[in-house]
Amino acid sequence: MERFRMEIESLSKNEELARVVTAVFMSRLDPTLEELDDVKTAVSEAVTNAVIHGYQEKEGIIYMELQTEGRQLTVMVRDLGVGILDVKKAMEPMYTTDKSGERSGMGFSFMEAFMDQVQVESEPGRGTLVTMKKKIGR
Amino acid sequence: MQQSFTYEARGQVLIIHLPKELDHHNCRNLKYETDLLLAENYISRVIFDFTRTEFMDSSGIGVLLNRYKQMTANGGRVDLCGVNDRVRRILTIGGIGKLMEHYDTKEAALIG
Repeated sequence: MERFRMEIESLSKNEELARVVTAVFMSRLDPTLEELDDVKTAVSEAVTNAVIHGYQEKEGIIYMELQTEGRQLTVMVRDLGVGILDVKKAMEPMYTTDKSGERSGMGFSFMEAFMDQVQVESEPGRGTLVTMKKKIGR
Repeated sequence: MQQSFTYEARGQVLIIHLPKELDHHNCRNLKYETDLLLAENYISRVIFDFTRTEFMDSSGIGVLLNRYKQMTANGGRVDLCGVNDRVRRILTIGGIGKLMEHYDTKEAALIG
């Protein structure tokens, strides 16, 4: 198993950083361009959720851990923010707490569409951990 | 830094050139900027130009969908041009692939 960890500040500009770092780490699994884009999109969704929802666009630290085991890539994105009251509801397509109308509510749907497995653990007031897995190279 | 939106007006058509990475970070100012442009000009059609765009996530879907609702509520329309395979896949999964007309180029969109 190979492992990589990083802590990033909860800033929207770090969404791109998280995507790029993940892409570089997973490149050792020799992914296709599509797999690379799929994982980048899923990571972007999870980190964006942490910035917007978890930390409510305020200060905070986002903890990322990437692992490879054989062909399996695991991405963990954790925040210590407000948490999610009803994870099942939050994962419904088009569900959003956003009032501006700018958010599609498709974040978790995208993670599920682009990864093989998505697991969300959350506790109100304690934060959220998103664990995503994908087998790279078939 | 080619990260922000650029706007181009052609009569009643507003062309919005999208950045290379269409994510939450880069979409932050779009609502404010387009609301201002739409309030101050008579615009009946918005064309989103994806020519430069290599990455898009669900933040892009939210932005497109909101502009679509805004424009169609007033009898206007929204079209897209320069969409690559990756963006097309995101639009399809986001459920808005067929909501808007796709053109290969900006010029084709302006004629269409």
